[in-house]
Amino acid sequence: MTIKVNGQDFPPPDDARVSLLDLLREQLHLTGTKVGCNQGACGACTVLLDSRRVLSCLTLAVQADGRSVTTIEGLGTAEALHPLQAAFIEHDGFQCGYCTPGQICAATAMLEEVAAGMPSYLTVDLAADRITLSREEVQERMSGNLCRCGAHNGIIDAILDVAGEHRP
Amino acid sequence: MNPISYSRAASVADALHMAGGQGARLLGGGTNLVDLMRKGVDTPSQLVDVTALPDGIDRAEDGGLIIGAAARNSAVAAHPLVRSGYPMLARAILAAASAQVRNMATVGGNVMQRTRCLYFNDVAGARCNKRVPGSGCDAIGGFNRYHAILGGSDACIATHPSDMCVALAALDGQVHIAGPAGERTVPLVAFHRLPGERPDIETVLDPTEIVVAITLPPSPFAARSAYRKVRDRASYAFALVSVAVGLTMREDRVDAISVAFGGIAPKPWRAARIEDALRGASLSPSAIEKAFEAEFADATLLPGNGFKRGLAKRTLSAMLTELGGPAQ
Ligand SMILES: Cc1cc2nc3c(=O)[nH]c(=O)nc-3n(C[C@H](O)[C@H](O)[C@H](O)COP(=O)(O)OP(=O)(O)OC[C@H]3O[C@@H](n4cnc5c(N)ncnc54)[C@H](O)[C@@H]3O)c2cc1C
Ligand code: SF4
Ligand code: FES
Ligand code: FES
Repeated sequence: MTIKVNGQDFPPPDDARVSLLDLLREQLHLTGTKVGCNQGACGACTVLLDSRRVLSCLTLAVQADGRSVTTIEGLGTAEALHPLQAAFIEHDGFQCGYCTPGQICAATAMLEEVAAGMPSYLTVDLAADRITLSREEVQERMSGNLCRCGAHNGIIDAILDVAGEHRP
Repeated sequence: MNPISYSRAASVADALHMAGGQGARLLGGGTNLVDLMRKGVDTPSQLVDVTALPDGIDRAEDGGLIIGAAARNSAVAAHPLVRSGYPMLARAILAAASAQVRNMATVGGNVMQRTRCLYFNDVAGARCNKRVPGSGCDAIGGFNRYHAILGGSDACIATHPSDMCVALAALDGQVHIAGPAGERTVPLVAFHRLPGERPDIETVLDPTEIVVAITLPPSPFAARSAYRKVRDRASYAFALVSVAVGLTMREDRVDAISVAFGGIAPKPWRAARIEDALRGASLSPSAIEKAFEAEFADATLLPGNGFKRGLAKRTLSAMLTELGGPAQ
């Protein structure tokens, strides 16, 4: 079995204790994914596992065996930015940038969840299949990603901007 | 962390066969277990991944719902049958953790998750009867803002942290268990134990057994039900107090009622005394007050958590008043 990372196959580690986060950073040298708390509380290590957002610090690399991982390096490049990367620059969605890869991976999956009609704690009518993405909805849906620099307003502006472009 | 072996169970029989031994633990999403291993609170030598076991969410024969233990929390909350028939359950799951954690967490792991008591999680610095039986409890005379006011003991006052389980308690959920001797079913409200003298024994599950599914009977509460969670910040925080309420009314009087609390007890707390006091009654402030007192009369209030009694009362009254009004 193999772990697919940004389209390329890698063998899972021999040591089952290695987290997906450590595999990415220490063994594959994909250092875009950041270590914050290493205990599930900050979202800095967020990556996409089979297109869904997860915390790589609480995922053992062996759990990703046979699955596909996308990190910030797989979303866009300096030459061809992902729309969310461009919007984060445009709206000052960061200061130090440490939380940014996790924010952008989380936001990518979040916009997919909204498009699929998945509700949040704030969604009034849980049975409705269309979500109206308000500022408050973005705050709630992105609450798993902390930002110590307090760049939240820019982050929300950037996400709403990209969400607007996706709106039919 | 000690060295560990890892294997994936392909079937329930496979998992039972692999997981029987000393030092073996079942691995769901890992959101709790991986953290506890890293902190040295749990020290397994063998992990059996049970996420390939049944994860379906389907209509049951009695018209209720059956949820495979490997279903991810986010899949349950997003499922049309849950959103329309059991909105309280969807809301409770969505109130918990973050989207990332809910994508990882399984239903089985959620039911089995350990307490978030800080002393339980502090191997080097604290005494804890749950972690090391007989060593003492640093929470009782220490920081106990997140601790229990009902159901605790002199040995332990830790709370069960799950939001999902509070809704399952209010909805008469059943836990389906597989073991070497066959299958059995336990009501969710009887699945978690109160600490008494043995806070290290948290559920009625034997170490050789596995949670395989949760079932819910058809619920009369789809139209009038709610889950409200009060916490120290608006999102991504554990409950100080949470309340699940389901109601049906007949001519301005309570017909059927179900009430469960989270954040106040070592297990999801089904409030049978409140239900008994309000069945057949009109929802006046004095009736609600009397019903609440019947349940919370023997609450044990400590300096750090005494506020929870009033908070639970105000949250319950607000919800009953809102839900008892004209149907939406
Ligand atoms: C930062 C953070 C915030 C959180 N906030 C909340 C919150 O606000 N509300 C809330 O309710 N929860 C919260 N949680 C807890 C979260 O809900 C649990 O960690 C999760 O539900 C556990 O599921 P899992 O599949 O990841 O379990 P695992 O970590 O894989 O396992 C947990 C335990 O269950 C056992 N187990 C797993 N599957 C089975 C099975 N089928 N049968 C028997 N035993 C089994 C394991 O052996 C282990 O002991 C939070 C977690 C984190 C990390
Ligand atoms: S409350 Fe329970 S879990 Fe917390 S320190 Fe005391 S014994 Fe341990
Ligand atoms: S590093 Fe994973 S959540 Fe903080
Ligand atoms: S930009 Fe510095 S932590 Fe978010």
